[in-house]
Amino acid sequence: MKNRGKTVITIDMDKQKITVERVKTVAKLARLNLNDAEISQFSAQLSDILQYIEKLNQLDTAGIEPLAHCLPVSNCLRDDIIKPSLGTEKTLSNAPDSDGQFFIVPKILDESGNL
Amino acid sequence: MAELDYKIIVGLEIHVQLATRTKMFCGCELVFAGEPNSRVCPVCLGLPGALPVMNKQAVEFAILTASALNCKIAKFTKWDRKSYYYPDLPKNYQISQYDLPVGENGFIEIPLADGQSKKIRIRRVHLEEDAGKNLHSGAFSQVDLNRAGMPLMEIVTEPDMNNPQEVATLAMELQRIVRFLGVSQADMQKGHMRFEPNVNVVIKKDGGEFKTPITEIKNLNSFKALEKGTAFEAKRQLNEFLERGEVMKSGNKKTFGWDDERGVTVLQREKEEAHDYRYFPDPDLVPVTVDEKWLTDIQSGCRELPLAMQKRFITDYSLNDYDAGVLTADKDTAGFFDEAVKAGGEPKRICNFITQTGLKISGEKNCRVSQLGISPQRLAELAKLVAGGTVNATAAAAIFEKMMQDDSEPQKIAESLNLIQKSDEGELAKIVDEILAANQDAVNEVKSDGKKSKKAQGFLMGQVMQRTKGTANPQVVAKIMNERLK
Ligand SMILES: [Zn+2]
Repeated sequence: MKNRGKTVITIDMDKQKITVERVKTVAKLARLNLNDAEISQFSAQLSDILQYIEKLNQLDTAGIEPLAHCLPVSNCLRDDIIKPSLGTEKTLSNAPDSDGQFFIVPKILDESGNL
Repeated sequence: MAELDYKIIVGLEIHVQLATRTKMFCGCELVFAGEPNSRVCPVCLGLPGALPVMNKQAVEFAILTASALNCKIAKFTKWDRKSYYYPDLPKNYQISQYDLPVGENGFIEIPLADGQSKKIRIRRVHLEEDAGKNLHSGAFSQVDLNRAGMPLMEIVTEPDMNNPQEVATLAMELQRIVRFLGVSQADMQKGHMRFEPNVNVVIKKDGGEFKTPITEIKNLNSFKALEKGTAFEAKRQLNEFLERGEVMKSGNKKTFGWDDERGVTVLQREKEEAHDYRYFPDPDLVPVTVDEKWLTDIQSGCRELPLAMQKRFITDYSLNDYDAGVLTADKDTAGFFDEAVKAGGEPKRICNFITQTGLKISGEKNCRVSQLGISPQRLAELAKLVAGGTVNATAAAAIFEKMMQDDSEPQKIAESLNLIQKSDEGELAKIVDEILAANQDAVNEVKSDGKKSKKAQGFLMGQVMQRTKGTANPQVVAKIMNERLK
């Protein structure tokens, strides 16, 4: 269980300032197109938010198990029983583009331009 | 080239599609082929507000497999979101397990050519959902989400394999295990099992040790390809090292695709930056806790020993002890029988097909009944044809043999072989009358009701069967004959 805390956001004093570079990286990962003004605006806002949350670091959490879920519930399981699906027509009804069978999307390329 | 001292190092990442009826987090049916986007719902479409709910069977399958692979089963696991953008992933994240997999630190034993066996360590076994399928056509790409959300089990081995044969052997052994456990159909051609080897080579030269960069091979669709692809890649790395001195340095892993036709690996992509998946616990899904009782149930219920199976066949399927014993002599035959019955075949009839026809032929061919080319579903269909009077028992045996080469519906095969049972009274009466007229001696014999009466009646019945090439319904013929010979 040594990794239990790995995915919980830890706030590092040194990193609490969100740099412009950081915002650019996050924007790229989220496929957001931000202009320079937005980048500096979000950089300041995100830094403020982190500074606010940093208050939590005042708590002593030594020996406390990280929380995997906020509800004290586990094992919500369902039986393996087939339920009706939407069907092709309904599934595609909200698609920006389709050919009646498939979703149509712009040609998919990965970062290096390969199909 | 002087003898070179080197060692191939291979670890495997394996994706196994689980044989559940429904997807991982919704009730959409799993279909291999099917109208595109027909098995899709708000959950697997990633519509806002839709809530995923775990498929219990998938969780149990993963725990069972991890147990069979000698893993330590986690008492507490959770679900994480792995973020990336791709059109076949409508939520923009994949539900997976990051730091708390279902099982860890196991091993699998594989047979070696010299009769010994070797333990390959299993790093982890976890559950995740599959993505949809992209088809590339012209200026656009087409996306089919039928596969999106199908339950996948990912198995990661330690890099303990040291030649391509070991890689292929592990793959085959794992296929045997998941099939025996019944957790996957494990058909490589159908993509039920996908193997991605991570390969590099350690070379001892001039008193130093050199490691080539680790590469991952994709697109290996058969055991043969897995073995050939691994061998090719190791050789390619060795050549790169000898010609250019290429050794491992920090940086990203290269991915190569196997080109089966040309028999080479082709560089697919060289990522400039590592993927930043930003894993975090999925707030839509609560954790899974596995207590001792559930674990015992999973491990015992699914690993039914032959004796338990034999008893179940007697109580649930009303077979006699002898038949049940014959069927459970090997797990493969027992499982085949069980599946055919579950597919709707009447147990005694399925049992007769297997013990009277199937085992005889499989014995001659030195293979298993399940390898004759007839699926349990098809056998159940044949049993239904007999039960419904569409074909008689004699015809069924002939259809069985034909089914070994032809996966069409038994009904179609029966039609093509002209074996559909004739039950039409008018038609049969005409044939009976002709036979009776042509065999006056036998008719008199029957009517005399003497010692030879039964035998003569059998002879007449045989004549009708011969005339109809075995397709006459014996009950109907007997009824007509009894009326005529009163
Ligand atoms: Zn669905």
